[in-house]
Amino acid sequence: MNKRAITAYQKKGKFSRWAMSAVVLLILVVLPFFNHNEYHLEVLVSAGIFAILVLGLNVMTGYCGLLNLGQAAFFASGAYTYALLNVKLGLSFWVSLPACVISSAALGLLFGSCVLRLKGDYLALVTLGFGEIIRITLNNMDSLTGGPNGLTVSHPLIGFADKSFDFGIKSMPYYYLTLLAIIVIVIITNRLASSRFGRAWVAIKEDEVAAACMGINTGKLKLLAFCVGSAIAGFAGWLFAGKQGFVSPDSFDFITSIMLVAMLVLGGIGSIAGSIVGAVALTLLPEILRPLQEYRMFLFGAVMMVMMLFRPQGILGGVRILEEFRPENERVRQEEDEVLGEGLKQ
Amino acid sequence: MSHLETFLQQLINGLTIGMIYALIALGYTMVYGIIQLINFAHGEIFITGAFLGLAVFAALPSTLHIHSAVTLVLIFGAAMVGCGLLGVVIERIAYRPLRKAPRLACLITAIGVSFILQNVLMLIWGPVDKSFPAFFKHSALTFGTLRVTFMQGFIIITSLVMMIALRFFVTRTMLGKALRAASADMTAARLMGINVDKVISICFLIGSALGGAGGVMYGMYYNTISFHDGYLVGIKAFTAAVLGGIGNVPGAMLGGIALGMLEGLGAGYLSSAWKNVFAFLILVILLLCWPSGILRKSRNE
Repeated sequence: MNKRAITAYQKKGKFSRWAMSAVVLLILVVLPFFNHNEYHLEVLVSAGIFAILVLGLNVMTGYCGLLNLGQAAFFASGAYTYALLNVKLGLSFWVSLPACVISSAALGLLFGSCVLRLKGDYLALVTLGFGEIIRITLNNMDSLTGGPNGLTVSHPLIGFADKSFDFGIKSMPYYYLTLLAIIVIVIITNRLASSRFGRAWVAIKEDEVAAACMGINTGKLKLLAFCVGSAIAGFAGWLFAGKQGFVSPDSFDFITSIMLVAMLVLGGIGSIAGSIVGAVALTLLPEILRPLQEYRMFLFGAVMMVMMLFRPQGILGGVRILEEFRPENERVRQEEDEVLGEGLKQ
Repeated sequence: MSHLETFLQQLINGLTIGMIYALIALGYTMVYGIIQLINFAHGEIFITGAFLGLAVFAALPSTLHIHSAVTLVLIFGAAMVGCGLLGVVIERIAYRPLRKAPRLACLITAIGVSFILQNVLMLIWGPVDKSFPAFFKHSALTFGTLRVTFMQGFIIITSLVMMIALRFFVTRTMLGKALRAASADMTAARLMGINVDKVISICFLIGSALGGAGGVMYGMYYNTISFHDGYLVGIKAFTAAVLGGIGNVPGAMLGGIALGMLEGLGAGYLSSAWKNVFAFLILVILLLCWPSGILRKSRNE
């Protein structure tokens, strides 16, 4: 087997992945035409927003190994930036987008530059504390944020010359907006993962000292991962505020942050598809269990436990590792080495 | 009331709640010290203790006087034994199979267990707040304008006794030695013939029993308990454990007391709405400047 065969194999893998994504996307695009149930769409939209948050968390935790238990704070920052711009300055949904992303990224930069020298559990704890501080601050600053009563904001509006389309309270427009947002974020995080940065992040995650020895500026790159993750959370916050038409501190509590980590771990850390599957699964599960009423949190907890017992790497976790160790790939690598060895001999 | 007396009063109020935090923090720190797991379910175990105490109180015959020592002993006994066993069972079912799994997997399991416990509490005792009986007549020792209620005195003294007993157990008994050995190096401890699984079970037993006692005290002090109280108090107790240096038993005691006092003073002098921010602000600042806690983890060589 030679180099051509290797690329052929890679192409085949790439093609099947593309085909798979295209089929899933097609199903998602046509879904609302067959299912007009407002409640189903509503749940899917929340699942989508959670998926974006988990994709952001995946950049920090999955790629770079920075466990963040305060992702809700960055989510809140995006949502409240839109809410404040809308309520105080009357800015529209679309115009506020850059401000929401930038404010969350700036918060991530500010906070990250202070805390990123901590590692492992300590980092997790500081982010947990940070998340709670942000939530309680939002709750207590009544004059600015409306305190626990929250702020009512306007829904997005698209205007074409004299005609305008209000997104309103129906779920359908948000469904497509969220779908589009997910596609954008998936493309960004996918490109990031295979970029120089992505490879550096994985190196830092695996062994920080070794990565530093290889000439990676670990401090800067960790901060970058943190900023990207928080910017994506801010983006999700913007979407969330526009869709809800209302923001209050309750949506950004510690349980939200914890659930995001749970979604990531359940779906499979470091995997883009896993992040989305985890988010969708953990959003749908309580809804599916709804007929069981008061028993549903019990079953929810039990599913999490059982899942970790039998598949600690998550539903789609370890794909990257598995692919590298697949027998046919191993053979490819051996033959590659042999060819290389012969080349050296000559 | 002079400034000094106000200060002392806040300090005493803070000390009382600090003692409760310390008791709960011990559970977090013992478990973390030995298996490096943030046991998220500990907050729920703590509030289960309060509910067990309440259940026993309701089941007691009315001939028993509410203020009698027998009632108190029965309630504390039930809460401690119940919670201790609960802790052991949880460790056995949820954490033991994951001993070799990645750390995050254990964290997720702990969150799952915490959801389950919360749900069970809600199913048994209902979603509304339950009132907890006041065990002491509203009498207090007064020093000038300074008031120390009997309840506060009882909480402070009982917690102190429990902590001293724990300290004695950890430093003076064979089992305590095994516990310290396992937390220093689990593999080496196993090679020395220590049954590490048993030691971990004991760790959960003691930590959860202390948490249960803390739960009863919490109920007595605040007079209402709700099934979701476990989470916030749990997080604060965890902060206390970090404050003292996680994995460090005397540190958790000091951390709890320090956190309670800081919170009491903050709530008294600044604003009670920001009370919870203090705990987290302390957590963040402390971890940034002083990540090993007040007492550095010292190992007996």
